Amino acid sequence: MYDFNYHKPSSIDEAIQLFTDLEDAVYLAGGHTLLPSLKLRLAAPTDVIDLAGIPGLNGIDYSGDDLKVGALTPHDDVSTSPVVQSVIPALASLAGGIGDAQVRNRGTIGGSVANSDPAADYPAAVLGLGAQLVTNQRTLNADEFFTGMFETALEEGELLKEIRFPKPEAAAYVKYPNPASRYATVGVFMTKTSEGVRVAITGAAPSVFRATDMEAALNADFSEAALDGISLDADMMNEDLHASAEYRAHLCVVMAKRAISQI
Amino acid sequence: MAEQSIGKSVLRKEDMRFITGKGQYTDDVNLRGQTYGYFVRSPYAHADVGEIDVSAAAGMPGVVAILTGKQVAEDEIGGLPCGWMIHSKDGSEMKQPLHPVMAGSKVNYVGEPVALVVAESFVEAKNAAEMVSVDYSERDAVVSVTDAQSAPVIHEDAPANTCYEWELGEKASTEEAIASAAHVTTYELTNNRLIPNAMEPRAAIADFNPATEDLTLYTTSQNPHLVRLILTAFIQLAPEHKLRVIAPDVGGGFGSKIFVYSEETALAWASMKLGLPIKWTAERSESFLADAHGRDHVTTAQLGLDAEGRFVGLKVKTTANMGAYLSTFASSVPTYLYGTLLAGQYKTPNIYVEVDSVFTNTAPVDAYRGAGRPEATFLLERIVELAARETGRDPAELRRINMIQPDEFPYQTPVALEYDIGDYEASLNRALKMADYDTFADRRAASEAKGKLRGIGFSCYIEACGLAPSKVAGELGAGVGLWESGEVRVNPTGSVTVLTGTHSHGQGHETTFAQLVASRFGISVDDVEVVHGDTGKLDFGLGTYGSRSLAVGGSALAKAADKVVEKGRLIAAHLLDEDAEKIDFEDGEYRVKDSNQAKTFQEIAFAAYVPHDYPLEDLEPGLAEKAFYDPGNFTYPAGTHICEVEIDPDTGVVEIDRFTAVDDFGTIINPMIVEGQVHGGIAQGIGQALLEGCVYDDMGQLQTGSYMDYCMPRADDLPSFAVGMTSTPCTHNPVGAKGCGEAGAIGSPPAVINAVTDAVGVPDITMPATPEKVWRAIATADKNAA
Repeated sequence: MYDFNYHKPSSIDEAIQLFTDLEDAVYLAGGHTLLPSLKLRLAAPTDVIDLAGIPGLNGIDYSGDDLKVGALTPHDDVSTSPVVQSVIPALASLAGGIGDAQVRNRGTIGGSVANSDPAADYPAAVLGLGAQLVTNQRTLNADEFFTGMFETALEEGELLKEIRFPKPEAAAYVKYPNPASRYATVGVFMTKTSEGVRVAITGAAPSVFRATDMEAALNADFSEAALDGISLDADMMNEDLHASAEYRAHLCVVMAKRAISQI
Repeated sequence: MAEQSIGKSVLRKEDMRFITGKGQYTDDVNLRGQTYGYFVRSPYAHADVGEIDVSAAAGMPGVVAILTGKQVAEDEIGGLPCGWMIHSKDGSEMKQPLHPVMAGSKVNYVGEPVALVVAESFVEAKNAAEMVSVDYSERDAVVSVTDAQSAPVIHEDAPANTCYEWELGEKASTEEAIASAAHVTTYELTNNRLIPNAMEPRAAIADFNPATEDLTLYTTSQNPHLVRLILTAFIQLAPEHKLRVIAPDVGGGFGSKIFVYSEETALAWASMKLGLPIKWTAERSESFLADAHGRDHVTTAQLGLDAEGRFVGLKVKTTANMGAYLSTFASSVPTYLYGTLLAGQYKTPNIYVEVDSVFTNTAPVDAYRGAGRPEATFLLERIVELAARETGRDPAELRRINMIQPDEFPYQTPVALEYDIGDYEASLNRALKMADYDTFADRRAASEAKGKLRGIGFSCYIEACGLAPSKVAGELGAGVGLWESGEVRVNPTGSVTVLTGTHSHGQGHETTFAQLVASRFGISVDDVEVVHGDTGKLDFGLGTYGSRSLAVGGSALAKAADKVVEKGRLIAAHLLDEDAEKIDFEDGEYRVKDSNQAKTFQEIAFAAYVPHDYPLEDLEPGLAEKAFYDPGNFTYPAGTHICEVEIDPDTGVVEIDRFTAVDDFGTIINPMIVEGQVHGGIAQGIGQALLEGCVYDDMGQLQTGSYMDYCMPRADDLPSFAVGMTSTPCTHNPVGAKGCGEAGAIGSPPAVINAVTDAVGVPDITMPATPEKVWRAIATADKNAA
């Protein structure tokens, strides 16, 4: 990696001030996208602002209506939390299926969500559960948060503080991993709520998205058979060495059915 | 103390240092005043190289020197030689285009070194390398093996991009046999290109001492003496006695560290030029781009059968990819390590094989675990499977009726080899039993009941190891002899230091060879130390590849140890005042026959080095012996692999439910180490069959240049293997060993693909059989069934 200046602020305000003042700064959460990019010299920021010194960004709380997860909470904490396991077991299970033990001990939910990697798992849970995303400035709905490949509604310098997941009636996450990278080639987060079914799919397209045709069919009849006539448009799918667009579109339906079978 | 350790699973002596981080790998070596090298590599697969502007880079902090391919040419260094001459069918010599140490006026693959930046730190070298400006004029790249012979020429001295057009066997009789066969099975296949991926990347440190003119090269090599020979005799960097090559702990090779590469050669040259030690350690991205790759064949084959199912003829036409240049042993892999194996375990009377080797704008291709033999086995065991299906025969029984029988050895194949011994049916029968073949139909029904597909696949492989009788190798074009050296030094206290010209980079030689020697002396394995990997300490040796170390290197050590025993007998005879022929050596004691008069091995050793009571007039003091062993034939490990898979038809994901391997490696010294070798080989074979595939795009850019895209097998991709052994000891070496390092990678890929295609109900799925390919094949099979 190229040399950079390292900063470890102790408050959000300090972090944002640094970000504003410095020439080409980036935030560092768990670092699982940033550090490989730095090592491969694909990213060359002048300054790295490590958020690890800011208190209050790491933790799990279910004292109110929503399950609140701090942005710097590592995947392993979510995966092994008795609270998460009891309130939204699908979320704990998703977190336990990210990467390997080392990744889960360092990678954070906020880092993953703010990065909006098309193959990341967490965006499917955030969108599938209809979570709210609390930043230093405002609260965003999941439906307005993910805007494209590696793009979100976060403004320059805006910091994600917390994610609030409403407790669903039931939920399940099923993924088909890329055999090499083990990222999601297709991951389907299926949620039943009092307001209907939400189906969020990651990996398949440039950004996580809701499969609205599936939702409509499942609102009418929540069964695997209800998806038999559904086919997703391969033209909107990603394509790589391991999975064509057509195969991805097919896997979306297969994984959705498997998610239904788990609910 | 008497101890018989042959056949015991002695824990590996080397593991404590490996698993506690105390190994000493090349990158762990640091020399005073050391500088760091970083290579500027071509971003293009095929381009003319214009001016190289180093002015900006030269001014960067820490930069010591920047050397280019043009300076290599000016100094008349190189090119890198290929050590095996192949002749085409018309008698002409293979084409050997210049393989420059660093590219001169043209680059021919992505990753080819163009310049070497030497700086005071790694980061400074890398930073400066980014500032070297090279004026490239890109040309169209030749990437496809099948189109290479009609594509634009890469090397002026290799028309039609062809290195050689080789043949083996009888063309006319084979064509006749196939023409008159009751059934002919035709098979077209691609043997997928692989990237070796040793755990330790390649690395080197070159250290020239201008005062003594000694050059020391630490390098990640499987055969340090060969590196010394090539750098001195062929590239003429230094006189042979002034170059010391040290290959310390090496973290895996799988063939990729046999070869002499550009990087260590450039480093040695640069160190001599600058008078400084220079270190280079490949980054993983460089390993993907610039380690020699493996396999990469396109083949068409026909197998003729008579009405009873007996094979009457096999005709094969293969095009093999050499990559951009001939790597050290590249030419031998698709010829004498491939065509000669096409008889397999069978009595096919007529075999003819043609191999065209072609140049492309891709990284050089050379030996990779199995080297030619996996390609031969895959072809043969796939086409035999297809023949069984097409003629409605049980695949195990078709193999059985064609097998060479135990009483037919020695068996001369139609493709040059003479098998010394084997019992192929014994392995087949044992494997069928271990795999519960009788009840396969029940398991298939159970899978179908839950909506899954189940299939079973066989592979009855043979390989040729113990490279090789030097005379035969020489006649076939090898540039070196292929014997091995060994030295057994008994120390005055009776402990033993063993020196071998083979090299251990994960195989456990420090344990196996210690067992071999300890058992001959009746001493503890703990009292034997094995030394390897340093031309400054050892006699010339040929190194480790082709599963040769125990069969050839172990045989040299056995001979040396036997010489020690005989000298000890003479010393014992003196001390016991008895004729030597009346003294037995057993369990670590020299004993007068029918008496209790005895001297221990340790007492004899002491007497040899403190010769106060010693027959000095007749016998030299000391107790150390050397031996050089040249094998009388190849060895022929063989066995049966059976793979059973269950497939999810919705996704095409293949799960290997069972994998059974029964191998005949002859005499086994350490069963645990052998089983470990089999496990590793099968893992790599399953990797080739299901997961691994090197992909270049049409521009010659490597698409699978990291673990994000190149899929290595992981533990959760694999089942627990069921491994069994049969044994017909090798008849022509003193150990009886045949070699076990490559068998797993040779036998397993066709077993896997036979199982997958059996489950799906299609003739073929190209390796790697990824879930999408399997899913599409299932759709094809369903359509055909409808």
